[in-house]
Amino acid sequence: QDVAQKYPEGRLLMLNYDPPVRSPQVIEAEQRSSKRWELTPEGQEIVQEGSHEARVFDSIPAEGLPQSELMKLPSGKVGFSKAMSNKWVRLDKNADGGPRIFRAVESVRDSVREKLQLVQQGEAESLEEKDRNELKKRKLLMEVVIKTYWIRKGSAFSTTVTKQETDLTPEMIASGSWRDLKFKAYNFAALGIMPESGHLHPLLKVRTQFRQIFLEMGFTEMPTNNFIESSFWNFDALFQPQQHPARDQHDTFFLQDPAEATDFPMDYLKRVKKIHSQGGYGSQGYKYDWKLAEARKNILRTHTTAVSARMLYRLAQQEKFAPAKYFSIDRVFRNETLDATHLAEFHQIEGVVADYGLTLGDLMGTLREFFTKLGISQLRFKPAYNPYTEPSMEVFSYHQGLQKWVEVGNSGVFRPEMLLPMGLPEGVSVIAWGLSLER
Amino acid sequence: MPTVSVKQELLFQALGRRYTDEEFDELCFEFGLELDEITSEKDIISKEQGDGKAEGASDIILYKIDVPANRYDLLCLEGLVRGLQVFKERIKAPRYKRIMPANGDVQRLIITEETAQVRPHAVAAVLRNITFSKDRYDSFIDLQEKLHQNICRKRALVAIGTHDLDTISGPFTYTARPPSEIRFKPLNQSKEYTASEILDLYRTDSQLKHYLHIIENKPLYPVIYDSNGVVLSMPPIINGDHTKISINTRNVFVECTATDITKAKIVLDILVTMFSEYCEKQFIPQILTLMSCFSETPSSLAKLLTRMCLKSHVTGNGNNIEIEIPPTRADIIHACDIIEDAAIAYGYNNIQMTIPKTYTIANQFPLNKLTELLRQDLAAAGFTEALTFALCSQEDIADKLGVDICSTKAVHIANPKTAEFQVARTSLLPGLLKTIAANKKMPLPLKLFEISDIVVKDSTKDVGARNQRNLCAIYYNKNPGFEFIHGLLDRVMQLLSVPPSKESGYLIKAAEDSAFFPGRCAEILAKGQSIGKLGVLHPDVITKFELTMPCSALEIKIEPFL
Repeated sequence: QDVAQKYPEGRLLMLNYDPPVRSPQVIEAEQRSSKRWELTPEGQEIVQEGSHEARVFDSIPAEGLPQSELMKLPSGKVGFSKAMSNKWVRLDKNADGGPRIFRAVESVRDSVREKLQLVQQGEAESLEEKDRNELKKRKLLMEVVIKTYWIRKGSAFSTTVTKQETDLTPEMIASGSWRDLKFKAYNFAALGIMPESGHLHPLLKVRTQFRQIFLEMGFTEMPTNNFIESSFWNFDALFQPQQHPARDQHDTFFLQDPAEATDFPMDYLKRVKKIHSQGGYGSQGYKYDWKLAEARKNILRTHTTAVSARMLYRLAQQEKFAPAKYFSIDRVFRNETLDATHLAEFHQIEGVVADYGLTLGDLMGTLREFFTKLGISQLRFKPAYNPYTEPSMEVFSYHQGLQKWVEVGNSGVFRPEMLLPMGLPEGVSVIAWGLSLER
Repeated sequence: MPTVSVKQELLFQALGRRYTDEEFDELCFEFGLELDEITSEKDIISKEQGDGKAEGASDIILYKIDVPANRYDLLCLEGLVRGLQVFKERIKAPRYKRIMPANGDVQRLIITEETAQVRPHAVAAVLRNITFSKDRYDSFIDLQEKLHQNICRKRALVAIGTHDLDTISGPFTYTARPPSEIRFKPLNQSKEYTASEILDLYRTDSQLKHYLHIIENKPLYPVIYDSNGVVLSMPPIINGDHTKISINTRNVFVECTATDITKAKIVLDILVTMFSEYCEKQFIPQILTLMSCFSETPSSLAKLLTRMCLKSHVTGNGNNIEIEIPPTRADIIHACDIIEDAAIAYGYNNIQMTIPKTYTIANQFPLNKLTELLRQDLAAAGFTEALTFALCSQEDIADKLGVDICSTKAVHIANPKTAEFQVARTSLLPGLLKTIAANKKMPLPLKLFEISDIVVKDSTKDVGARNQRNLCAIYYNKNPGFEFIHGLLDRVMQLLSVPPSKESGYLIKAAEDSAFFPGRCAEILAKGQSIGKLGVLHPDVITKFELTMPCSALEIKIEPFL
């Protein structure tokens, strides 16, 4: 029953009734909507007076009408183009006194008006959809949505209005009056008030996780608070030759000031020079002219492996060798143009184990434990190349989301040409791996 | 990683079987290659220049394969196929032998001392009775280009020249002459030019213009002549037209001139061994003895290595292996290189995983430990952590803060790609201000912090600079909120157990600083030094960073509190 018509005030109340807050015990209301076709004001006008094109037709006498005159009529412009396309009228451009419009047919049937009349009578459904859309396009017809609420008496229906309390107060507790009061229902679907809090940076939260993993595995944190590094520690000590592409201007940030490093452990430097240029320790070396000037050049470090080199050198200077496990997570710099997948500054994660007799199997086992702690268990290893490790392996993991194997890290066993000049004992192997935090 | 483009059809023909894309991808994974892209000439042109230009281009499927940067023997179809076939035990590893010419006369290349001034070294070889097809010829040219780009470091270290031996006669002379005295018809030109004219001629050539600088300003230019004075080439720029090779060439004279003799030999070896499918050259066997380091018998180890083109057999008392290193494997310089190859042949994923028995107690780096603790508490205090770049423009740390760049003791970068990376930051403040500028739509107040490193010059360090761990916080709102920043400082000191006292704790003293509003700036003294400043930022600073609201800031160094 359309209650709204009987109680118009009630309709207003329903509209203002906020559905979520509605107490379901007093009244139950269900919302439904229906659609109906109605005439626009213009459509109504046409039902009254006839369509523009019909009116145009009617206003043309037997001898025709000058176009200029026709255009002055209220329905002139709109009606004329429609009448022309319906072929109800024709235009004689060369008539005397200017272009003249004549009736092209004897009589016309104002089908548009007929259709609109049907709609007005509530029989819009009898029209074809094509017609309805055509009239809607001409803005003569519009679809109206009607929302109705079906209301029923609820379980706690009463004709008296009781006031509901919102919350407990200290007075109610003290006096015990809460026992006799009705409380408004809570709307559990709404959100609460978020506490005012600060936030940690998401990338750094991941860094904290990695730190935790390394510490759990017994790895000691390396001091990496030096962004500026000399080419010596960043490249030469790692057995990366001086003409290697990575040392190019376009991959590495070189410093203008301070341009050169001044202090090196000279004995060690001499051994590094020798292994590059002449070989030694069972290696042929690279056989090129090693230049001190090149090694002196200061750069923004391209990897934290430079720090690992410093640490391994320090380890080698100890009287007696003790096995070590090191890690670092810190910033590195590459001279790249920025785009969606490349940054000039990013964070590198590195792990290093130095001990007697470490094998490739040990490296793979360590990686498995490391990645398992990250929730990555399916691993595959692929042969790769780094100037300072041999064998080298790229680490791949299966990504469920992307449904393919993706690279998650790089690893290898440091070359003897890097370790032996430092003074590490012959049987000591150093395995290492790295990945980027951002990935 | 260098990329080699090979026609799929040719590849399968040479390998003797077809592969599905997945099968080939798997083979590459095992061997250490990466199938980067499957495309065609048409696709490439389409991507680079649009579909219109791609009309009529070849549809032939190309495989783009990434090869390790140190494997020059895999830079062409011939090398890839050879490596894979031996790996899969379908062919035996080839042995390269030098053969004497039929008439017993060996070609000679005489190097004169003038070359020492510009390009001292040269090596040469002859490929006899070679048969080219269009594909082989293209491959020959491509390999030279790949080598030029990689190991030759864009012709600076080594330059390759290949010549039709039948158009010239030895002995050949490699010398250096003043540019005006060198005259010849360069490749594909119609007349003769002097050397200087040639350099001018190619100044606008998209390929060759990059190499002119290698010899341009030298008094003498390198040049190779035959016994009749015919110019073979003017390395590293261009060959002579007279000796150009074609598909019909039967004998090729290869010369490599260089500033690095080791690399020249490697390049020559590669070029010659790759195309000696069609002729042969001898190698110098290197005998290495290896002790087994994974639990494989010496004989199975020898078998594994042979699959990697490192022919091996067991010697001595059955515990040693003798390995022949072919000239194609310039990357083998130590026994560890051989071990990697053995592991690859064994299959990395077949190796048993073990955990090292290394027992160590872990230690945190104290500065990082302190940083982690402070971070947590600053977030708990209602501030949001930011992560900003360590590199910035000069203005960011100087002009925008009202100081001169020279007084900042900043580290300057020599080759930044943009002005945003001119210097390393000497303060965390610019980064945080830029962060706010990028987040103006966020609701106020904005409370940010960062605990991270800045960089300053320090002549006591071996590299001349050091990092310093700073803590910086800013409060940005309709009112400057100095009391909040001050309160944060008090809280930080409380966390560090530093009491607000002159004698044993910290003290705040009024100070002046161009970055702060006059009268609203203070210095913080603790541990016997000034550890930083706090205050209301100067309106100039605020506008220079494109901000509109008042702002107060705090920046201190935390290393004294370790």
